[in-house]
Amino acid sequence: MSATTLSVRNLTKTIKRHKIIKGISFDLKEGEVFGFLGPNGAGKTTTIRMLVGLIRPTSGTIEICGYDVKKNFTKAMEKLGCIVENPELYPYLSGRENLLHFARMLPSIDAKRIAEVVEMVKLTERIDDKVKTYSLGMRQRLGIAQALLNRPKVLVLDEPTNGLDPAGIREMRVFIRELAENEGLSVLVSSHLLSEIQLLCDRVAIITKGNIITVDTVESLLSSQEQAIWQLEPSVKGKEILESLTEVTTLDDGCIVTVYDSFQIPKWNAALVHAGVQVLQLNRKTPVLEDLFLQLTDTGGAHIE
Amino acid sequence: MNKLIANEMMKLVARKRLIVIGAIVGILVILFTFAQYKEVQTQRERLGTDDWRDSLQQQIIDMQNRLGSNRISDEWREQIQVSVQQLQFYLDQDINPNEPGAVSFVRMFIENSTDLFIPLLIMIVASDLVSSEHTLGSVKLLLTRPVKRWRILLSKYITLLLATSFIVAMTGLISYVLSGIVFGYHGWKAPIITGFVVEGSNVDTSRIKLISQWKFLLMDFGLVWFVAVVVGTLTFMLSVLIRSTAQSMGVMLASLISGAILNNMVSSWESAKYLFMVNLKLTNYLNGISPPIQGMTLLSSMLVLLVWWAVALILSFIVFTRQDVY
Ligand SMILES: Nc1ncnc2c1ncn2[C@@H]1O[C@H](COP(=O)(O)OP(=O)(O)O)[C@@H](O)[C@H]1O
Ligand SMILES: [Mg+2]
Repeated sequence: MSATTLSVRNLTKTIKRHKIIKGISFDLKEGEVFGFLGPNGAGKTTTIRMLVGLIRPTSGTIEICGYDVKKNFTKAMEKLGCIVENPELYPYLSGRENLLHFARMLPSIDAKRIAEVVEMVKLTERIDDKVKTYSLGMRQRLGIAQALLNRPKVLVLDEPTNGLDPAGIREMRVFIRELAENEGLSVLVSSHLLSEIQLLCDRVAIITKGNIITVDTVESLLSSQEQAIWQLEPSVKGKEILESLTEVTTLDDGCIVTVYDSFQIPKWNAALVHAGVQVLQLNRKTPVLEDLFLQLTDTGGAHIE
Repeated sequence: MNKLIANEMMKLVARKRLIVIGAIVGILVILFTFAQYKEVQTQRERLGTDDWRDSLQQQIIDMQNRLGSNRISDEWREQIQVSVQQLQFYLDQDINPNEPGAVSFVRMFIENSTDLFIPLLIMIVASDLVSSEHTLGSVKLLLTRPVKRWRILLSKYITLLLATSFIVAMTGLISYVLSGIVFGYHGWKAPIITGFVVEGSNVDTSRIKLISQWKFLLMDFGLVWFVAVVVGTLTFMLSVLIRSTAQSMGVMLASLISGAILNNMVSSWESAKYLFMVNLKLTNYLNGISPPIQGMTLLSSMLVLLVWWAVALILSFIVFTRQDVY
């Protein structure tokens, strides 16, 4: 793949003698959306705060486009845009004043660029209203506009869809994908929702209790985990047939679980129908995060303390 | 740096802090003007309208009589001579010394606000320059922009200095304009006694002299500004350390009030003179009011304040540039 824009090596953070981040490493490539997936309290926000220079790592290095965040802070920040947790802009200023405020902190950003980012996040009509009158979605978009002012190479968004309605989430998703594909940005998105990461990201790191358990592409991570749930009549015969074709488990309510393999499923279905078994219901079940953790940790690929 | 200061100014103005402060000053000035006006009126009733020239004349004659007697000390003699000069000036200029113009009112007002009121106004700005960014969460954006942290803090500090100067000037202006409506806009050249030297527990009056009120006022403002800067810097430090507007306000307020109380009772606790809050009434030195603790002089008070100022400033910068922001 293309160039590395963000590189994290052996990052640790100890707060009041608690080891909160326990040595994590990962890379972001140009033009990819990278998911940072973990339950609440896993250490996503803490990691992101270190990436953007808000807190000092206890050890380890962070480089943004080759610039070390600690040694070369301003250079590194010129390449970065971020929203940590909520987009907390100044409520008593208008959207435009907020952007002007942050533009003044950047080298050579003119009014044209401000108009440009406002256009990108579709806030042109409300930009001169006070931010306190904005909806959460609009604040989120203004936050992104702010983060994009300096034409960053890396965009870091901490739980960007938190609190948004379904339409807002969809809009945000489309927007982030566009940024990565059209502008070549690397986007780091954290979330505790697998469904969200799944639809948005190219690669994903799964983090829990301060450790990264695995880093993989979303497809390969999910394909092995997705399940098909069959409700068959008669179920005993149906189970026998499926057993002869693949691995199955039976749920308490009599439903039968197999892996979800879009290539094989029609064949299995045909075999069942052929043998006179009725398929009353066939559900595709995306694993929830907890299942994924269980499975990942069961296989012994990583450890959880 | 100018752009950063422009940012801070924009935020300060948008939150209408200075307008609120202006309103507070306005209300207080109106209150004091009214009180002063009442006092002048009762005096007038007691003395009769035209009487003040006669009574002034009488006072001067009394003093000259006393100068004539040879039983009084040299020091006392000099003091009386200066007083006579002062009264003579009032008589010559046809100014009633008990009916001050706006300038005297400004002087009275500013001298009485130096240890509590002006610091309070400055605190309104200083206590949340930094901590409001924490409360809002905007600090997370502010500190992830390509600007070093010390530059951000410096821009905030410079803004504080500008705001302090503005508030002190505004207080002067508002009290001049409002009180002038009632008392008239005169008194710039009125003679004021100064030149007191505080030695030990007594005030040496051998070097006192008369200066024009506008000169005196200028010195007053200089000292008040200095006190305001020191108090502002201390509040600024607290708001960096505690990151909470209310708490830094609380701590500062408690120290100021304890200072006001201590002023009345610390005369035997000598090391209390190193506390900043007993050193705030710098204008008292100009007026020859003896300090709360023996051995305090204008210079020593200013030095103590200077040390507090420097420590607060250094501490603010060290903490702000190193602290983790959650
Ligand atoms: N300032 C802090 N002091 C002590 N512990 C903290 C602090 N900030 C976060 N933590 C702890 O670090 C862990 C990770 O928190 P966080 O990074 O916010 O998780 P996430 O964003 O993944 O939900 C949590 O267990 C939290 O309790
Ligand atoms: Mg979080």
